[in-house]
Amino acid sequence: MTDTLTPVLTDNWGDDRSWTLAAYQARGGYRALDKAFAMDPGAVIEEVKDSGLRGRGGAGFPTGMKWGFIPQDNPKPKYLVVNADESEPGTCKDIPLMMASPHTLVEGVIISSYAIRANKAFIYIRGEVLHVIRRVQRAVQEAYEAGHLGRDIHGSGFDLDVVVHAGAGAYICGEETALLEGLEGRRGQPRLRPPFPAVAGLYASPTVINNVESIASVPSIIEHGHQWFASMGTEKSKGFGIFSLSGHVQKPGQYEAPLGITLRTLIELAGGIREGHELKFWTPGGSSTPLLTAEHLDVPLDFEGVGAAGSMLGTRALQIFDDTTCVVRATLRWTEFYKHESCGKCTPCREGTWWLVQTLSALERGQGSEDDLDVLLDQCDNILGRSFCALADGAVSPIASSIQYFRDEYVAHLTDGGCPFDPAASTLFAAEGANA
Amino acid sequence: MIDDKTRGELREIAARYPEPRSGLLPMLHLVQSVEGRVTPEGIEACAEILGISAADVSGVATFYTMYKRRPVGDYHVGVCTNTLCAVMGGDAIFERLKDHLGVGNDETTEDGRITLEHVECNAACDYAPVMMVNWEFMDNQTPESAVQLVDDLREGNEVRSTRGPRVVTWREAERVLAGFPDDLADEGPAAGPASLVGLGIAREHGWTAPDVRQGEGK
Repeated sequence: MTDTLTPVLTDNWGDDRSWTLAAYQARGGYRALDKAFAMDPGAVIEEVKDSGLRGRGGAGFPTGMKWGFIPQDNPKPKYLVVNADESEPGTCKDIPLMMASPHTLVEGVIISSYAIRANKAFIYIRGEVLHVIRRVQRAVQEAYEAGHLGRDIHGSGFDLDVVVHAGAGAYICGEETALLEGLEGRRGQPRLRPPFPAVAGLYASPTVINNVESIASVPSIIEHGHQWFASMGTEKSKGFGIFSLSGHVQKPGQYEAPLGITLRTLIELAGGIREGHELKFWTPGGSSTPLLTAEHLDVPLDFEGVGAAGSMLGTRALQIFDDTTCVVRATLRWTEFYKHESCGKCTPCREGTWWLVQTLSALERGQGSEDDLDVLLDQCDNILGRSFCALADGAVSPIASSIQYFRDEYVAHLTDGGCPFDPAASTLFAAEGANA
Repeated sequence: MIDDKTRGELREIAARYPEPRSGLLPMLHLVQSVEGRVTPEGIEACAEILGISAADVSGVATFYTMYKRRPVGDYHVGVCTNTLCAVMGGDAIFERLKDHLGVGNDETTEDGRITLEHVECNAACDYAPVMMVNWEFMDNQTPESAVQLVDDLREGNEVRSTRGPRVVTWREAERVLAGFPDDLADEGPAAGPASLVGLGIAREHGWTAPDVRQGEGK
């Protein structure tokens, strides 16, 4: 039986100057590198496959399998691209990881590049996090100076160059093919697949794109072995992951635990819901994953458990809302977000998200009739699954799920002629002054 | 003005990549650091260096929200109004700041000090409500702290990120995003308090990942 929390990636975040090479090496950092170099690159891929690591960026695709798709007989250069464009509403794990321990990521980049035989890697970081970019820039610089990057790393004969690339503000670039477009200096619009990036990615060359947390998990797998990693988690969702609690809990923050922990346990650790209130709804993995309610407190937070509950594990971005929050207002705001971030490539998403906002806004103001809820669901039906990428699917998730669980609250907006909630009551500062 | 030094740096950015056009996003950040916005001259310079049309560059510059066509103030103040921050107080903060500064969304104060904008989720939800100043984190804000913050910025008082360094100007920040680091990486803490909550609880209970326990022979 593993412990309730298992800090691995977060373990050094409290160390003095943990972001520096000196602090990282003092606790054994870059040790996994020599272990990896002593292995055949294919054996590194096997090790990661055997660990059961699944992508930590939301989709949960097996990381080792993704690496195995790179056609090694393709004469073109291979590339590793780290997706550090963390933007899914509620998701806030990669940013503190890169801030506190950028060398964990850099070490993971080196081992992963070695495995897929890439000599050039890119870390694509969203532009809106200046200090995180500074820390990663510095870590890469330090790694070069220490001989962990560049030519003939540690005498292995393996060469690797890393470029830190700042994005410029576009949620869609978290989608891997849109990210590649951005990295090629173009508008961030998703590409049609196939071909998949493993075959034709960056510059139409074989490319692996992995989330920050996935890559950062690799050094520990190589150092401690696949059995160690797989000894944590559940049958099909192995290992540890960072769970990000935000919203109306006493102690929001990052909790690193084996996959399969429940929200009930996490909320207990977080000191409970805000004093005097109860849980109303929550997102398991960001706003693109259908809402869940207090009925789902005991759902194992792994890929299968959350899937069986009708949602998705996503990025383990647990946004917690208590009974002061209007679900219609929350849903409308998320929908406005998707409308703003739709890249415009596919008609159902480009036009559909505007329709959704119009219909929802009217409902939120208490205008229209109950039939409009069916109109809204019909619009969702015409958007879901009809675009190149998952942005449009994500846009309908909060709408469909909030109507499923809180239809009465939508109706109350119509019967009351507007929102029955006081927005001030849901604020963090409400508790101090006005009675929430 | 895009002078020879800037042109040299733009070429330097393009040279980091196997294909020069990959440099376009950071190049436009550099244009903003020099010009205070994306100017037609900056667009032409990028197009010329990359051998693509100005229309191509414009198409990219208008796609990404961090690129501005109107001059940005010394301090870009972002207020997160995505759902979670909005509910926790971001909407109230944004309203108060609009009122206090006398500007609307994406507008700049007359003294040219502050550009106010509501922003989307900035990946700091455990610190909600969140504000950003020149893309540095300002965690756990209230309407009062937000007013104090913008007043300090306008008066030229030193302002520090709640988990980062002293705040530089928007143009200086854009230069770092272009891939020309300043010397501030070592300022600020490793992590803010919320980032360490789970770790603290694990330490309190002696909870660890399995290898450590085996190592201790438990």
